[in-house]
Amino acid sequence: MNYDKIQEKLTAKFGEQVSYEILYDMLNVTIPAEMNLKTMQFLYDDEEMRFRFLTDLTANHFPENKGKELQVIYQLHSLENNIRLRLKVTVPIETPDVYTATSLYPGANWMERETYDFFGVNFVGHPNLKRILNAEDMDYFPLRKEYTLEDPQRTDKDDEMFGR
Amino acid sequence: MRPVQYNTNTKVKMVDLPEGYAGEGFYATSFDKVVGLARKNSLWPLPFATSCCGIEFMATMASHYDLARFGSERMGFTPRQCDMLLVAGTISKKLGPILRQVYIQMAEPRWVVAIGACASSGGIFDSYSVLQGIDQIIPVDVYVPGCPPRPEGILDGILKLQELVGNESLRRRTSDQYKALMESYGIK
Repeated sequence: MNYDKIQEKLTAKFGEQVSYEILYDMLNVTIPAEMNLKTMQFLYDDEEMRFRFLTDLTANHFPENKGKELQVIYQLHSLENNIRLRLKVTVPIETPDVYTATSLYPGANWMERETYDFFGVNFVGHPNLKRILNAEDMDYFPLRKEYTLEDPQRTDKDDEMFGR
Repeated sequence: MRPVQYNTNTKVKMVDLPEGYAGEGFYATSFDKVVGLARKNSLWPLPFATSCCGIEFMATMASHYDLARFGSERMGFTPRQCDMLLVAGTISKKLGPILRQVYIQMAEPRWVVAIGACASSGGIFDSYSVLQGIDQIIPVDVYVPGCPPRPEGILDGILKLQELVGNESLRRRTSDQYKALMESYGIK
């Protein structure tokens, strides 16, 4: 099992909707957002590929990509073949709806909560989509680029020594 | 000659008598000073340690630096029995309400020492998730600078606090000024 074989299988199944890219020696598969579960189910079920382990799930915010501001990234691992791949979906920031992967990978539960907490990605069908790391009363998604890293309420650190 | 030789350790130090009036068979001083003396030499610490300052505090209370020399023999891991809250480490905004609850659970009189840059000001964590100094949620008596401070620094902070405790008026905790301070933090 290698990347060429995986590309072949995915193209045979989903056709032109899937695009591929090798970045840092790892295969990146970009798919439309509504196909994420179908693709993962295929990668999971396929007797040869058997991507049955979700290493990580996170998101990115690219404000300049209009209509595709938020990118959700799944790091999948096939333990038997010792092959990893990265699955990417993009959604507009106004309607950041992505189907939850919790039915397929129960480990996605907390990772999706974290991604919701920091980026506001709405995982449709998640059993308990609420903040996990930040304070419950936080009213924004702090890792979106329009928010500063620093505490916005603070005024006494705004000299050049603190770099603000 | 005494039949039993005990307590011959001449290194044991006693605190000095407070200023007062002494005569044959009596000694008179103000109540403030006696209470202050008792309080300051028996401060029960409540460590609230979250990170590297907590490690320095552990060294401070262990045998080498020996916080017990200053009357803080036993860490009380319950706010109900403690006088001195030692906040050592970064306090995130999510942890803030819990720290506040711990402070509220302490009985008066109570004192707070902010150990290290993070507890005092947020330190290097100028970030949306970190409380920029615990004095945003509870009143602080002594700030110990350093990142982290050395055990000597923490001891110095506690000695400074002892000075405050020893000189505190018995009426301070019922004064309008103190009530206004608590009010400003929303603590009754």
